[in-house]
Amino acid sequence: MSVPLLEVRGLEVVFDGFRAIDGVDFTVNEGELRFLIGPNGAGKTTLVDVVTGLTKPAGGSVSWNGGQLNSVTGSGIELIGMREFDIVRLGIGRTFQTAFVFEQLSVIDNLDLAATYRTRSRSLLRRRRHVDARITDTLETIGLMDLAERPAAVLSHGQRQWLEIGMLLVQDHQLLLLDEPVAGMSKSERRRTGELLQQIAKDRTVVVIEHDMDFLRDFASVVTVLHEGRLLCEGSVGEVQSDPRVQEVYLGRNKSPAAAEAV
Amino acid sequence: MKAKSLRSHTLFVLVGLLLVFGAPSLLSDFRLSLLAKYLCFAILAIGVDLSWGYGGMLALGQGVFFGLGGYCMGMYLKLKSAGPGQLPDFMTWSGVDKLPALWKPFRYAWFALPMAVLLPAFVAWMLGSLIFRQRVRGAYFAILTQALAVAFVTLLVGQQGLTGGTNGLTNVRDLLGLNLRDSGDRHVLYLIVVGVLGVVFIIARQLVRSRYGRLLVAVRDGEDRVRFLGYDPAKVKTSAFAISAGMAGLAGALFVPVVGIISPALLGVVPSIEMVIWVAVGGRATIYGAALGAVVVNWAKTNLSERYPSGWLYFQGALFVIVMMFAPRGLAGIRSTVSGTVAHLRARFDWRDRSSGAGSSTDVIDRAEAVA
Repeated sequence: MSVPLLEVRGLEVVFDGFRAIDGVDFTVNEGELRFLIGPNGAGKTTLVDVVTGLTKPAGGSVSWNGGQLNSVTGSGIELIGMREFDIVRLGIGRTFQTAFVFEQLSVIDNLDLAATYRTRSRSLLRRRRHVDARITDTLETIGLMDLAERPAAVLSHGQRQWLEIGMLLVQDHQLLLLDEPVAGMSKSERRRTGELLQQIAKDRTVVVIEHDMDFLRDFASVVTVLHEGRLLCEGSVGEVQSDPRVQEVYLGRNKSPAAAEAV
Repeated sequence: MKAKSLRSHTLFVLVGLLLVFGAPSLLSDFRLSLLAKYLCFAILAIGVDLSWGYGGMLALGQGVFFGLGGYCMGMYLKLKSAGPGQLPDFMTWSGVDKLPALWKPFRYAWFALPMAVLLPAFVAWMLGSLIFRQRVRGAYFAILTQALAVAFVTLLVGQQGLTGGTNGLTNVRDLLGLNLRDSGDRHVLYLIVVGVLGVVFIIARQLVRSRYGRLLVAVRDGEDRVRFLGYDPAKVKTSAFAISAGMAGLAGALFVPVVGIISPALLGVVPSIEMVIWVAVGGRATIYGAALGAVVVNWAKTNLSERYPSGWLYFQGALFVIVMMFAPRGLAGIRSTVSGTVAHLRARFDWRDRSSGAGSSTDVIDRAEAVA
């Protein structure tokens, strides 16, 4: 726990004069399963967009300490200004709110496509001859073994999310950023996804954007709350839930006991 | 899977045999050289299919690459016909008295023939690396390539002394010892075209079945998603565009000895759009569909133009509209389109039967109640 894996400092993002993120500091340590919550427009997705290179911030820094540290300065790599695919190659993978899988390709080809992202272009010209052990393991983990040869177009909403997570697993990243992986899922799918998250968080660091409180209670350890582009508080699920500021943000000024219970 | 690949191998061999032995014995010399022309277009169509069908890049300026290949070959053939130390005929007519520097290396086959493929591929690669990195795509890309076609034609027409102007390069006689006016040698030329088409077909099929081909489809369907898988989509698109341009150049280079001319009218905006239509009619994202489309459309064009000289353009327009509306997967996809439609209709009739049945039974109950 000496050096944090990811360090965001003084981040500011402005969209047409609107401050989407206003001076956020955010630190993720190696091995964490971190949840990032907050009402709509809090800046959760924007924060992930900046880390992965999709959005250019107006100010601040994002430092990545995975892999080799700079031997001279002992500091990490500055991610701001890097191209998206170069950031991915450092070992940072992400999913999006709406799952996107390649419908024309089979489930196994989706995973194979993800797994070969470091392959040299020469061997890309060959056909896939056999299935990698890593891919078989991942199929097992995400529970899509039976659908391996089917086109991804036949997958249900929940299965698509799992396939997307699987595509990150085969890439063997150090840090996964998952944007609302359980949105729109059924109760049982949520439970399975939660267990999947706990399982994959054993070997890597995972940050999950979510705002379903029940889900948080069951699966989260450390929670970070964002509100209107600022960091509101950080702590365990219990601490965060009992924080009066969080209650106010989620419930407005209506402080009826019934509503507080709902949080 | 195995049976399917066996079937496609058998089909490949059968079509090959038909082209090598069947066509020359069945067709007159005239028809055979027309077929050779269609097969040149099939080579080009396979390239268009790689970039458009698989890669999603709608290039409306493929004629430029066809033309670059054609002019490389044309220059070589013109110099050959003129004889050593002599100027090509059109230059003398335009008052040019010294061979332009641009033409000099095209005296040599070892330079001119590879250039016919490499030059278009290089131009496409340069263009691609400039614009795909800027994320120019869709309609903007289509318009940009079309503007390129306009500029290229303007340049060719304007440089009369260098390019032969509107007339282009004509009057070519022999290629690597083949007399282009001798029917036996033209038969050999036809076989060369068949052979090249076969090789291009195999290369394209290998490409689309490889991981690179899967990646190309993934870029077509979700360029941004591919970027977050750690790939640079610009590189994938640029390479596919360059390969496609190389195939167009190869087609152009074969076209010149087969047809005997290369001119700006063959590679402007309208021909470039026609090239896309061949692939749309044949079936996007299937290699054999693209090749088939080029042959069928051009065969129809020849036959219809012979009977109704002014009718072809209307027919071509109608054909394109009909294919887009009723068989969006083209000729190659017609079986699955038909079976899909049949299934759809059947489901609809089933539903109608059931709902009308249900309607009549409630009618009966209503009436019974009214009577009661």
